[in-house]
Amino acid sequence: MPAGLNRALLTVAGAIVAVILAIAICSVAIVAAGGGPLDAFAAFFNFGPSDRAQMNGVAALIDRAIPLFIAGLAVAVGFRMNLFNIGVEGQYRLAAICAAYVGSTFVAPPVIQIVVIIVVAALVGGFYALIPAVMKVTRGVNEVISTIMLNYIALNLTAYLVQGPFSGQKEGQLTTTTPELPESAMFPDLNFVFEWFGMPAPTRAGGLWGFLLVAVVLGVVVWLVLERTRFGFNIKASGLNGPAALASGVGPKKMIIAAMVMSGAIAGLIGLPEILGDRGAFNSNFTAGLGFLGIAVALLGRNKPGGIAIAALLFAFLDRAQGPLQEANVPASVVTIIQGTIVLLVVIANEITKRLALRLEERRAAEQLGTNAPAEVAA
Amino acid sequence: MSADTLATVKPAVELEGITKRFPGVVANHDIRITVQPGTVHAIVGENGAGKSTLMKILYGMQKPDEGTIKVNGAEVSFRTPSDAIAVGIGMVHQHFMLADNFTVLENIVLGAEPKRLGRLDTAAARRRIVQLAETHGLRVDPDRLVEDLGVGDRQRVEILKVLYRGARILILDEPTAVLVPQEVEELFQNLRELKAEGLTVIFISHKLDEVLDIADAITVIRRGTTVASVNPSDVTARQLAELMVGSELPTPETRESTVTDTVTLQVSELTMPGEGERLLLDDVSFEIHQGEILGIAGVEGNGQSELIEAIMGIRPAQGRIELAGQDITTWSTLKRRESGIGYIPEDRHRQGLLLEASLWENRVLGHQTRKPARSGIWINRRASKADTERIVKEYDVRTPSVETLALALSGGNQQKLIVGREMSGDPVFLIAAHPTRGVDVGAQAAIWDHLRNARAAGLAVLLISADLDELIGLSDTIQVIYRGRLVAALDPSDITPERLGGYMTGAIAGTEET
Repeated sequence: MPAGLNRALLTVAGAIVAVILAIAICSVAIVAAGGGPLDAFAAFFNFGPSDRAQMNGVAALIDRAIPLFIAGLAVAVGFRMNLFNIGVEGQYRLAAICAAYVGSTFVAPPVIQIVVIIVVAALVGGFYALIPAVMKVTRGVNEVISTIMLNYIALNLTAYLVQGPFSGQKEGQLTTTTPELPESAMFPDLNFVFEWFGMPAPTRAGGLWGFLLVAVVLGVVVWLVLERTRFGFNIKASGLNGPAALASGVGPKKMIIAAMVMSGAIAGLIGLPEILGDRGAFNSNFTAGLGFLGIAVALLGRNKPGGIAIAALLFAFLDRAQGPLQEANVPASVVTIIQGTIVLLVVIANEITKRLALRLEERRAAEQLGTNAPAEVAA
Repeated sequence: MSADTLATVKPAVELEGITKRFPGVVANHDIRITVQPGTVHAIVGENGAGKSTLMKILYGMQKPDEGTIKVNGAEVSFRTPSDAIAVGIGMVHQHFMLADNFTVLENIVLGAEPKRLGRLDTAAARRRIVQLAETHGLRVDPDRLVEDLGVGDRQRVEILKVLYRGARILILDEPTAVLVPQEVEELFQNLRELKAEGLTVIFISHKLDEVLDIADAITVIRRGTTVASVNPSDVTARQLAELMVGSELPTPETRESTVTDTVTLQVSELTMPGEGERLLLDDVSFEIHQGEILGIAGVEGNGQSELIEAIMGIRPAQGRIELAGQDITTWSTLKRRESGIGYIPEDRHRQGLLLEASLWENRVLGHQTRKPARSGIWINRRASKADTERIVKEYDVRTPSVETLALALSGGNQQKLIVGREMSGDPVFLIAAHPTRGVDVGAQAAIWDHLRNARAAGLAVLLISADLDELIGLSDTIQVIYRGRLVAALDPSDITPERLGGYMTGAIAGTEET
């Protein structure tokens, strides 16, 4: 078996064990909260009574997974070189409001309109991540601290912008919001996919968001960049061994700035699926907290696009069940407990499988070369 | 000594059938060693023979798969080094484990602090340290900062640290590797005093003359197993060497000169400021010609690392560096590498390898922008792997495949991979810092051969080494660096290690001679 496959299998096994353990631990929590674990698990798979309701559930699951996936990618790019971009939260919110506002100021053919919005979001996110990068490179400010602080600034800045300069609130409207996006800015949905399978199309929250396609392309591009390009190699080298990367001619400052900006630019896209797929504006109902969830998703997915996709789907699967759980008389916060436990256990499992894999690798190397080692001893 | 130990003198340490099926190329296999109390017992073997693994087992850092360890006659089983310390075993590591910004006293008590009312009891610690230092003849000033100490002093601090924890059995892992001859003599004097106090010393080395000088008993390890236990008075260095490698020792001797008139590297007035008054590099100037190996001799920490990193463009310095007539002073590390500077770093794990990446990815490291690794913005994986196969073959890197992670290889094989990589892409100038440190005799000979061949083909080499035989044997010219200055230029053909050591410690004043 090739060494790489071996390592991958161990990783998967570790993740599965972690998930099973998490379910076991959560069963205890559910019982303690006065619910029945079996009812709870039935609720996770209870997508509703009718075909339409079920398809709505499926669409909600995938729609939830899309921003989680993008958030996971954004965090992972930094993690790859030991940069902890905790600022994804602030980056995506600021990017979302700027993109929503810019998109509402003009009308162009759909493709151009959407591309401009995406570019603005990526630029704003990238720029906002540039600030901690420059602070780190020039003054050695720890990016964890600076990005956390910048999150607060971004949060309050968006709160100000949505009420002030970027406000598009109409008379009698209760929620604060940016001006409505023109029709050409709305990303076409993918509801026709359901019809292929002879199922009714989902109707809630814009159905299946077309931004899914952008997310998939983004995932492939990130994978290519990280795994196949020189830039990705430099990121990997910097993350694995900074001094060695430096000695090999990789400038650490340039890499920090590039990786942070790339991470921020991806983060900028997190809010777009929701805005372009459903809401048509940045308003006070905009989903918050995706940046922090992205950290958990990236950890769970081991910073690899494929793993992040699975992790995002798992988180979305758990999140979707909040409604059915309440119907089954189980507190919906069980979901948060499960998510937290899984991340914690997976981090532990990752560490264990990593060590196991390294040891196996060493042993295999020793075995294959072992023929010349202990055999002839007599002197 | 109490009466019952006199009745039957139990061995201080007895290892029986120790076997460790373990990563790396050499595992320990059926090791048997008996160490008598109050002696210096040397364990010799080439690097990679399994000495360090054995010591890690004895010090509780690793568990043997089979076999028993007896200390003072009682069987023990160590789970952590604290278990070993508890029965009186202490280890002085090859690489010092001291906190530079702490004083000697603080370093010694670190982790075993005497406390009074919840605070560090400095007075009690000082009393104990001074007393230990006096009884064992280990002179150190407890209040000096470790960063101000020389290598010999640091080693004494390490020994004191171990004694402070009540060790009666000391393991010294390659203690002379970092010392110049004069300091070695001092260390041996200390060891003799320890022995006189009834302590047991286990001395690991591959320097045979030193072993014959200090040891009361010698055990030879080859390929992971004990091949002989001998009395130093019964053997010669030659015989020991043959036991160690099972074949004749290679020598680093280079034959006819290949030095040309063309200057490849010219360094002028290189100066690097330090933190205090002292300069890390002080007006360093030299040139290296095509086909010349310039050796830099010096006790570690006298500016060698700074010199290398300045030439590589990793650390900024004032002065001027020219490569083949071009001023490269302001160039980035990448550009310097691209223009043909190869770099074998002094610490391969720190600067030379991505341990958790495959061999072929390590081949790419430093060559990201050059063929065969580069293909536009992409890494050419196939070509990189193919070229890694070539290095594996030409440089005899023992590995299952090029997909293997670098950390699974032994030190010698890792180093051969690095040498192969740095020789790739036709370098014109090579920095070789301790190119054979921690590699076995076979790999050492191979690396010397590669250096000699490259030199004959016109490569200019800056060789930095703590191994004076290597330095004298390979170099065309030797410069001595002392406190950041080049203090002497010497001709390797009529210099002895002892005289070189004199220059290196500043004992002989720096007069230019050629």
